[in-house]
Amino acid sequence: MSRNPRDTSRTPLDLAHATPDPAFEITLDGRPLPALPGQSVAAALWAAGILSWRTTRRDGRPRGAFCGIGSCYDCLATVNSRPNQRACLVPARPGDAVTTQEGTGRADLAV
Amino acid sequence: MPTLPSDDTVPAAPDACDDAPYDLAVVGAGPAGLAAAVAAGRLGLRVALLDSAARTGGQFYRHPAPGLGARRPEALHHAWQAYADRAARLEALVAAGRVDHLAEHHVWAVTGAAGEWSVHAALGPDGADQRRTVRAAKLLLATGAYERQLPFPGWTLPGVVGAGGAQAMLKAGLVLPGQRVVVAGSGPLLLAVAGSLAAAGAEIPAVLEASGYVGYTRRPATLAANPGKLAEGAVHAAALLRHRIPVRTRSAVTEVHGKDRVEAVTVMRLDRDWRPVPGTERRIPCNALAVGHGLVPQLEPATGIGCATRLTPDGTHALVVDDRQRTTVTGVWSAGESGGVGGAELALLEGELAALDIAGRDGRGRTSRARRRDRLRGFADAMAVAHAPRPGWTAWLDDDTDVCRCEEVTAGQVREAVAELGARDARTVKLLTRAGMGWCQGRMCGAAVACLAGGAGDTASRRPLACPVTLEQLAED
Repeated sequence: MSRNPRDTSRTPLDLAHATPDPAFEITLDGRPLPALPGQSVAAALWAAGILSWRTTRRDGRPRGAFCGIGSCYDCLATVNSRPNQRACLVPARPGDAVTTQEGTGRADLAV
Repeated sequence: MPTLPSDDTVPAAPDACDDAPYDLAVVGAGPAGLAAAVAAGRLGLRVALLDSAARTGGQFYRHPAPGLGARRPEALHHAWQAYADRAARLEALVAAGRVDHLAEHHVWAVTGAAGEWSVHAALGPDGADQRRTVRAAKLLLATGAYERQLPFPGWTLPGVVGAGGAQAMLKAGLVLPGQRVVVAGSGPLLLAVAGSLAAAGAEIPAVLEASGYVGYTRRPATLAANPGKLAEGAVHAAALLRHRIPVRTRSAVTEVHGKDRVEAVTVMRLDRDWRPVPGTERRIPCNALAVGHGLVPQLEPATGIGCATRLTPDGTHALVVDDRQRTTVTGVWSAGESGGVGGAELALLEGELAALDIAGRDGRGRTSRARRRDRLRGFADAMAVAHAPRPGWTAWLDDDTDVCRCEEVTAGQVREAVAELGARDARTVKLLTRAGMGWCQGRMCGAAVACLAGGAGDTASRRPLACPVTLEQLAED
């Protein structure tokens, strides 16, 4: 493996000498994505180059993981129809259906 | 380094029924809590170690789940062996029934008094499952810290992540927010983050430190007393050199560009008070920004039971602890960042010092640990002063910059509450604008709102519940 600092082919998995168990599939708004066992939902989305999976209540602006440790609640996602899950904490599981959460994620309660 | 106790035997488990209170409940399984639980368990106490995460280590020693098959987790950590040793001892203590590691326990409140504490936790990876109450005679709070953020135009765009957040996602999930990541803010964490991201394959076009590093040299005695810390700094500096990462001091990201995600940042030089110097704008294309301004002690649930706080040298609040890690509330100890940010090595020491006092062992091992703790505290205070935010940063805010990310309250609204409605503190601003009233309970905007309202107050803000809990969970009692 090259140690050249300009070698952009190096990955976090290389760095940690990781040989993960086989990847499985999750979906974001129906789009299939691979996830590795042990990754959070947010990590699986980042690995697919996706940085946002929520829109804000007031302005409908896109948001994703920010603090990465469960403090900021910016990464809230709807996972398997359950809204307001912190994607940076919840482990990805085979077949998880993640949907972009709009506002409170409680459109069903709107009057 | 002497261990506690010095041999590797584990005392046998006492006969205890399930409902009997633990001798000690430790909240937080980061360096401080882990060290304390291991030391207390080996000193014969029956210990409950509660933590919100699935694995011990806290944020500093955060590491991948087994499924990721990381054979070299230490590649992402400084001083991994200190963790590995204690994790192995914890495993032995758990197997022997001395310590119960209660993973995925989000502690949202503590009630009771010395001798009969009740620690209330919500269970599951996100604390969304059922709840549980753990009873203990004594309580050690090792709740750690979270990152201090200061807002700037564009900081809510996807791709802007906490510097500590980028580090946490890398350590646990082995992922990056982008391939070209600017690292900015202030504090020693930035160098570690830049080094890790680069080692993991990211290109780091620049590290921007709003302060400088010369502040350290104003305290030569503190530096000389901490050769280990200097070596740690040298390791980070060498990593940056190896990856050819430029570090610019007295500089900051003052704006982020992009429509739905980060495309570039504007960087400006700062004066001594962190006011941007006009005409120094420079645009750096990138697809992510990792930003943070040091750490803020996590004070809940301590403040909920009346533990006193103090103002720290860098303008945050920390728990008041004495020489033996006792808080101001009888029967409650604190170790690590909750008593003031100082790093993992200090947290390990404080955890062991607390355990010695809790177990009533006064003599052996205490003096040398206390001496090292005081030395490391001195170093931490020097760094806190060197990197403390200066008041000029508010000059990079537009009126329409969101200050409160949760409630989408802008700098203009906060300024109006202060200038026209007479708010003089963060609490009044919150009541007038909802800034700090959202999901994160002001953890992300608290520092900024306090500054815009005229500076950090003498008392920490109070959060009766340490994390959001459902009415259903609350109603279970």
